[in-house]
Amino acid sequence: MNMTDSLREVVRRERVFDFLVPRQGPRQGPRLDLSHNTILYLEDLTVSFDGFRAIDNLNLYIEAGELRCIIGPNGAGKSTMMDIITGKTQPDSGSAWFGQSIDLLSLSEAEIAEAGIGRKFQKPTVFEMLTVFQNLELAMAQDKRVWPLLRARLSAEQRDGIEQTLETIGLSDLASEPASRLSHGQKQWLEIGMLLMQQPKLLLVDEPVAGMTHQEMDRTAELLTSLAGERSVVVVEHDMDFVRSIARTVTVLHQGAVLAEGSMEQVQNDARVKEVYLGE
Amino acid sequence: MTRMSLLADDVAGKRFLAILAILCVVVPVANLLVPSDSALHLSTYTVTLLGKYLCYALLAIAADLVWGYLGILSLGHGAFFSLGGYAMGMYLMRQIGDRGVYGNPDLPDFMVFLNWSELPWFWSGFDQFWFAMLMVVLVPGVLAYIFGFLAFRSRVTGVYLSIMTQALTYALMLAFFRNEMGFGGNNGLTDFKDLLGFSLQSDATRVGLFMASALALALGYVLCRYIVQSRLGLVAVAVRDAESRTRFIGYRVEHAKLWIFTFSAVLAGIAGALYVPQVGIINPNEFSPLNSIELIVWVAVGGRATLIGAVVGAVAVNYGKTVLTAALPEVWLFVLGALFVIVTVYFPQGLVGLKSMMMRARA
Amino acid sequence: MSVLRKGRAGIYAALLHIALMLLFSPVHSALMPDEDIAVLKEGSYGDKSDLVISLPERPGAVSLLPVLQVMLDGDLYLSADEKLLSVTDAPADQYLIIDIDAGTESVVAEKGALKRVRINNSVRRILRRTIAQLQLRSDDVGVRLAAVKQIIDKVDTDSVAIIREYFPAEQDADVRDAMALVLAVGDLRSGDPALAEAAIETLSTSLEPVALNTLQDFSEDTDSTLLARQAEKAIEAIQGRVRVYENLETLYFGLSSGSVLVLAGIGLAITFGVMGVINMAHGELIMLGAYTTYVIQQLMPELIGISIIIAIPAAFLVSGLAGIIMERLVIRHLYGNPLETLLATFGISLILQQTVRTIFSPLNKSVITPDWMSGLLEVNSVLALTWNRLYIIVFCLIVFLALVFVMKKTPLGLQVRAVSQNRNMARAMGVRSQWVDALTFGLGSGIAGVAGVALSLITNVGPNLGQAYIIDSFMVVVFGGVGNLLGTLFAGMSLGVMNKVLEPSVGAVLAKILILVFIILFIQKRPQGLFPQRGRAAEG
Repeated sequence: MNMTDSLREVVRRERVFDFLVPRQGPRQGPRLDLSHNTILYLEDLTVSFDGFRAIDNLNLYIEAGELRCIIGPNGAGKSTMMDIITGKTQPDSGSAWFGQSIDLLSLSEAEIAEAGIGRKFQKPTVFEMLTVFQNLELAMAQDKRVWPLLRARLSAEQRDGIEQTLETIGLSDLASEPASRLSHGQKQWLEIGMLLMQQPKLLLVDEPVAGMTHQEMDRTAELLTSLAGERSVVVVEHDMDFVRSIARTVTVLHQGAVLAEGSMEQVQNDARVKEVYLGE
Repeated sequence: MTRMSLLADDVAGKRFLAILAILCVVVPVANLLVPSDSALHLSTYTVTLLGKYLCYALLAIAADLVWGYLGILSLGHGAFFSLGGYAMGMYLMRQIGDRGVYGNPDLPDFMVFLNWSELPWFWSGFDQFWFAMLMVVLVPGVLAYIFGFLAFRSRVTGVYLSIMTQALTYALMLAFFRNEMGFGGNNGLTDFKDLLGFSLQSDATRVGLFMASALALALGYVLCRYIVQSRLGLVAVAVRDAESRTRFIGYRVEHAKLWIFTFSAVLAGIAGALYVPQVGIINPNEFSPLNSIELIVWVAVGGRATLIGAVVGAVAVNYGKTVLTAALPEVWLFVLGALFVIVTVYFPQGLVGLKSMMMRARA
Repeated sequence: MSVLRKGRAGIYAALLHIALMLLFSPVHSALMPDEDIAVLKEGSYGDKSDLVISLPERPGAVSLLPVLQVMLDGDLYLSADEKLLSVTDAPADQYLIIDIDAGTESVVAEKGALKRVRINNSVRRILRRTIAQLQLRSDDVGVRLAAVKQIIDKVDTDSVAIIREYFPAEQDADVRDAMALVLAVGDLRSGDPALAEAAIETLSTSLEPVALNTLQDFSEDTDSTLLARQAEKAIEAIQGRVRVYENLETLYFGLSSGSVLVLAGIGLAITFGVMGVINMAHGELIMLGAYTTYVIQQLMPELIGISIIIAIPAAFLVSGLAGIIMERLVIRHLYGNPLETLLATFGISLILQQTVRTIFSPLNKSVITPDWMSGLLEVNSVLALTWNRLYIIVFCLIVFLALVFVMKKTPLGLQVRAVSQNRNMARAMGVRSQWVDALTFGLGSGIAGVAGVALSLITNVGPNLGQAYIIDSFMVVVFGGVGNLLGTLFAGMSLGVMNKVLEPSVGAVLAKILILVFIILFIQKRPQGLFPQRGRAAEG
C-alpha cells in the first residue's frame, strides 16, 4: 500500500478506528471453532536460525480431545514447534491455526494463552518469589486486564478452585510457601497445576516427568490421560517408558519435519525411525 | 488472604504512617508556636530540609514501585521529578507578576532578558493553579506513557530499557539547557515569590509545604501499597521474575508495565512539584543522569521491593549527604560511589533486609 | 617574525648568495649599493617607491626578496654602519636581530640605536607588487605558484598587469592555470564583451571565491543578456561543485567524529556486548587514558611528538589494569545481574572521577597536539582536511581491525566467544572462564584507554570527560547491535555523520537531542540494533 492509499484509508469517512471499537472481554475473542474436530493445524511451517532449518516444512494436525506424544532426537525441532504455537517464535513461512477460526500467527503470546493454549515448559518456570497459592491464583482463568486485576478479590468459588488444584497436585500443605522452596519435582507439579488453572483447550506439555520419581511419574501419566478427552494434550517427552504408558498416537519429529506417525507399536517398527532415533 | 485489609500485615507501614502523622503535629508546633530562643524550637531551615527529604522519599517510593516490584530500573525518574518541578516552577514564575527585576507584568524576567515579546504558547494557562497542578500530573504521566508504550510494546527490557531511560533524561537535560526552549536555560526558574497568595518566605508557608509533602508521601505510600498487594502487584512480581512465563499464562505484560510505570512517573512528578517551592529553584541540572541514578541508590540502600525501605534509604542517604557536603564536600562523591558498590555487592537487601536478617538471627 | 619563519629557507639561500657577493663588493651591504641604502635611510616615501619599482630591472634582484619581505612587514632596520637588519620582538621585552647580510642572530634589550625603514601604504602596495614580480621570476615552481595564489586572494588591476606580463613565459601547467584564472578575472572586470565569453568559461572551472564573486558582479552589471545568462550558468556550475565539496567536508567531519564515537564505544561493545556487563565506568576508563596521555607529556616535555605514540600502549595498560582490578574486586560478584552491575560500576565511576579530581584538580588540562598532527591537507580552495582528524579516522580503523583480529583469530578471542556463548560448556572444555573474564574486561577497558588518547587531542582533559561520552558510547553499541563489532563501527560512523549533517541547520545541542530521540525510536522498532544476532541464543 503506498502513501496516498494509506492516507486515504486513514481519512475514509466510514472508517472505524481500531481503538474506537469497543474492547471485548478476553473471553469474547474469536471463539474456538472445533466443527471439523481438529484443534490444531500446523501447515508447511518453516523456520530457520542463521541458515539452520529448525523446522522444515512441518505439517501436523491434532484432533480435539486427543492425547498426542511427540518424540524425536535433540534438535528435531520439538521446542521450536511449541514456540511457534505459543507465539514465542514467528515462522518464516507456513500457517498455524487453532481450530477453524483462530490464526495463531497473528496473535501475541498473551492472546494465544487467552484463546486457550496452555504450555508447560521444559525447564519448570514458576514464580519463585510468590507462594504456591499465588502462583496458582495468577494462572487462574480470569479477567487479566490491568484495572480488573487491581480491583480483583478472591471469590469463594475461586478459592475452592485453587484448593482443589492444590489437592490434585499434592501441594496443599505447601500452599503458603514461596515456590523457590519447592523441589524440582514439586515445581513440575506446580507448573502442571498452573496449566490446569488456566483451563486451556489445548495443553502443550514439554518433558513433564523430568526429575520425577516413578510414583510421581505414574500420577502424572494418570493425570494427563484423564485430561485428554475434555481437552487436547500434546506431550513432548524423552522418557520412552512414560510415552509408552500414555501414548495413543505418537509423532516422530526429525530434522524439523514429521518422520513417522501412528501408534507406539507402528512407530517403533518403522525402519526410518529405528535408523534415526532408536539408533539401530 | 493477605489482601483483605490494606495495612493489616504491614507493621512497618503503620509505624511509618504514624510517624508522619506525629511529625505533622510536632513540626508546626515546634516551628511556629515554640519561641525561637527555646531549645525545642525547630528552625525553618530544618523544616524545609525535612520537607525536602519527604519529597525525595516520595520519589524513592515511585522508583521502588517500578524497580523493586516490576524489575524496571528506570534512570528517568529524575526527569519525571524535574518535569513536575518545572510545571510547578512555571506557575510560581507567573505568580511573580510585575515584581520581577524588570517589572514586566506579563513576562518572566528571563524572557525580558532574551528580548522575547510575548509569552510562548506552552506557558499559557500556568497562571492558574489548577492548570499547573494538572500539568504536574499530566506532563510526566504522558511522557512516561508514550515512552513506555513504545518501549514495552517492542519488549525493550533490562539494561536496554535503563539505558534508553537514561538517554531520554540526558536529551531532556540538553533541551532544558537551551535558552530557546523557553524554560530559562541553565539558570532555570527561580526568585519565586508566593504560592496561592502565601509568601514562600514565611514560616507558615514552609510548614504548610512540609505538611503537604508529608500528606503526599503518606498517600503515595498507601496507593503503592494498595497496588503491590493487589493481584496486579502479584503480576508485577511475576513479570519481574519471569516475564515471558507471565505472557504464556495470558497476561498482557506490556499493559501492566505501562500503567504501573506511568503511575510511578506521576508520583515522581508530584514529588518534584512539592520540592520546587521548598528549595526555591528548578534548573536543568535536576535532569542530570547522576540524579536519576542516585535516587536508585537510595532505594538500594533502604532495601528494594519494600516501599518502606525506599523511604528509609532516601532519608538516610540524604541526611548523610547534607552532613557530609557541609563538613567534607570532596569526600561525598567517594562515599556515594562506595555506597553504590557496597550495597549492590554485599547488601542487596539494603537496610530493611539487614534488619530482618538480624531479627531472624536472633530468633 | 612570521614572514621570516616562513621564508627561512629562502633567507638561507639568499645568504649563500650574499656570501658569494661579499667576496667581490666592498660596500656596506652586499645586497644593495650605498645609494639605495641612503634612500632607505633618508629618502621620502616617493623615493622609496621609485627604488622598489626599479628593483626588478636589476640583475639578481631575486636575492632581494628577503629584504623586501622584511620591509613589507615593517621590520627592516638599518644599523649605525648601514647594515640591513630584521628586528622583531623576542620574549621578555627583548628584540631578535638578524643581520640579513651575514645571517647572524642576536638578542638585545634596546633598539634605540637602530634606524627603522619607514613605509606607508603606497610603498606597501608597490612592495607587494615587486615581491610578486620577483617571486614569479623564481626558479622554484612552488614559489611561483604561491605568488599567484596570493594574488588570487586579492586580485586588482596591478596584479592582473603583472600576471599578464609573466604569463607567456610560464611553462608550468599548474602555475599557468592559476594565472589564467587571474587573467580571466581581469578580463571579465574589464567589461570587454569580446573577452568575456572565454573568461566566463575559464572561471566556471574554478572553485576560488574570487571567481564566483567576479561572475556574480559581472552578471549583475553586464548589458548583454546572453553573457549574463552564461555567467549565471557558470555560477550554478561553481555552486554545484562547491556544494559537492562541502558535502564531502561534512562527511569527513562526520566520519572523524564518528571515529571518536567508535573508539569510545568499541571497548564497550566488548564488555557489554560480549560479556553482557554494563560498565558505567567505561567513560572514566576513557578519562584515565586521556590523563595518562597528559601525564606522559608532562614527563617528556621535550618529546611532544613521540609522547602521543608512547601514550597509546601506556593508556592501554593503565585503563586495562584498572578494568581488571574492577572486574576482580566488584564485577565478578555480579555476573548475571546486569542491573546490579550497572549500579556498582556507576559507583566506581564516581570514585574514579573524584580520585582524578583530587589528584589533578577539577580544572581541565590540555594535551598538546604534536606538530606532525597539525596542519591541513588542502585539496582545493573549498575542501581542506585537517590532519589530526584524518589521523583519528585512520587510528580508529587500526584499532577496529586489531580488535577484530584479536576476537576472530587469536586463542583469547576464541575463548571469549566460547565463554560468552555458553559459560558452563566452555568451562567443561577446560577454558578458565574467570581468567577469560578478567582478560576480556581488561581488553575492553584498555581500548577505552586508547580512545582516551585520541580524545585528549581533540578535547580538554578533565574529570567530566568520561561522563560526556558514556551515553554516546552506549547509544553506539545499542544502535549497532549488541555483541557486534562491525555493527559498532557502522553505528558510530553513521551517528557521527548524522550529527554533522544535522548540526548546521539545527545547532549542535538540538542535533544531539534529535539523534538521541532517533535512537530511542529506532530501538523500539528494532530492539536488537542494526545487526541483530539471530537464533535461539539471542532469544535468551
